[in-house]
Amino acid sequence: MQINTKRIRKLSEEQERLDGRTPLEYRNITIEPEYIPTTADGSAKVTIGDTQVIVGISTDLEEPFPDMPGKGTIVTNAELAPMADREFESGPPQEDGVELARVVDRGIRESEAVDLEDLCIEKGEKVITLFIDIHILNNDGNLLDAAALAAITALKTGTLPHYDEESGEFDREAEGRPIPLTKTPVTATGRKIGDTIVFDTTKQEEEAQDARLTVSITEDNNIVAMQKGGTEPYSQEETMETVEKVRDKTEEFRQLIEDAVGE
Amino acid sequence: MTEQEVQWFDEDGKRIDGRAKDEMRETKMKADVLEEADGSAMVEVGNTRVIASVFGPQDLHPKHLIESDRAVIKMRYNMAPFSVDDRMRPGPNRRAKEIGLVAKQALTPAIELEQFPKSGIDISMEIVESDGGTRAAGITAASLALADAGIPMRGLVSATAAGVVDDTAVLDVIGKEDKEGNADIPIATINGGDEITLLQMDGDLTPDQVDECLSLARKGCADLDEMQREALHSSLKNQEQEGGEQ
Repeated sequence: MQINTKRIRKLSEEQERLDGRTPLEYRNITIEPEYIPTTADGSAKVTIGDTQVIVGISTDLEEPFPDMPGKGTIVTNAELAPMADREFESGPPQEDGVELARVVDRGIRESEAVDLEDLCIEKGEKVITLFIDIHILNNDGNLLDAAALAAITALKTGTLPHYDEESGEFDREAEGRPIPLTKTPVTATGRKIGDTIVFDTTKQEEEAQDARLTVSITEDNNIVAMQKGGTEPYSQEETMETVEKVRDKTEEFRQLIEDAVGE
Repeated sequence: MTEQEVQWFDEDGKRIDGRAKDEMRETKMKADVLEEADGSAMVEVGNTRVIASVFGPQDLHPKHLIESDRAVIKMRYNMAPFSVDDRMRPGPNRRAKEIGLVAKQALTPAIELEQFPKSGIDISMEIVESDGGTRAAGITAASLALADAGIPMRGLVSATAAGVVDDTAVLDVIGKEDKEGNADIPIATINGGDEITLLQMDGDLTPDQVDECLSLARKGCADLDEMQREALHSSLKNQEQEGGEQ
């Protein structure tokens, strides 16, 4: 793969890319809501080019954290399945998988997209936990944007199972209610290759990149989470340039989500 | 036990999901569904959905696993957390390890491992949605993925399960029939023939019932074998068309 690194870097000086895209251009994006219709409480499959990600949401009843007795919880987890990439190993998530899950989680958590108080059943005793499980099937780069897009789509189309007061359990046969969402945070990642900021990198491009900056933005244009990765520094100007571009991109994503969800 | 309360067959002899006793669920197969893997396939049997991948033959790590006269298969069977109603904790458990082992043994006799000494073949199956029969669907998918990877094989391996509910043998049991019925016998065969490479059973049956289940399941495997061949044909056709455009 590294044979292309030099060429990718050289091309980026001219604002060009190996596959002919412009720096801001994404590959074809598809969003399939409710991809796991029977066993998941919410789900979506997102493909960006050859990258394929499934997110499935599960629910459980648990005790709340002592410092948040009136709030439900969100747990986000990512599985970089070995089928997705020759480099991925079986076993507990490595640092890349943990970072991926945490960055997706942060966009949702910090925007307070899910009304956690609405997930409380009995203060201090019983709350709903939402598990957001990210499953990577095929890695051709830009896992962060694909996973975040799948996660927010799964949340938007997901349902909470009916809570049966008498048994104190979920009644999964009864009709549920929508997951209480107050906002739609959307996430995009800019990557620095030399002096050019490039979006939606392929795996080859990511091997050639210097650094990346992931930004999550809500519909009211507030920035709710950022994460820099890679070893090269970002200047303030580059940071703000990325934020600006992410804002344009997330508007496009929001439209794609609405089209897929049918709002 | 709830077993007594379930009405397993209606007046027309149809099962709880409307199938005849010797009828398989609606089954779909597609080879070459992933780009990174050398071979891949998706198999859907009713609500059960499995994706399988193959990498190799390739260098084998760790080195002490190497065999001088043949390739070594590493198998992973994994259920995604959202593939079951009550979330599955990520990570391997004893059940997944055992299924990985028997699935590996079900496929091994069909692969010409001696053609690739000192190398490894990595197979993995991800269950993304389950309603019974995940190991069988996984083996069927893995065999397709092996063929898609171009690994020389003596034949394709297909798998399904037969079971008994209400003292009647039925083909391709779904989750409820498996959990609450009398028995479940998953089998795999090579080329839909009489070479059985996976055989497990749990339940309580007479020898005649076991015999009947085997006949039913073998018939199912033969049908699956044909579907596998069709899936490979159409993926080859697609690849030729794509190749022609380049």
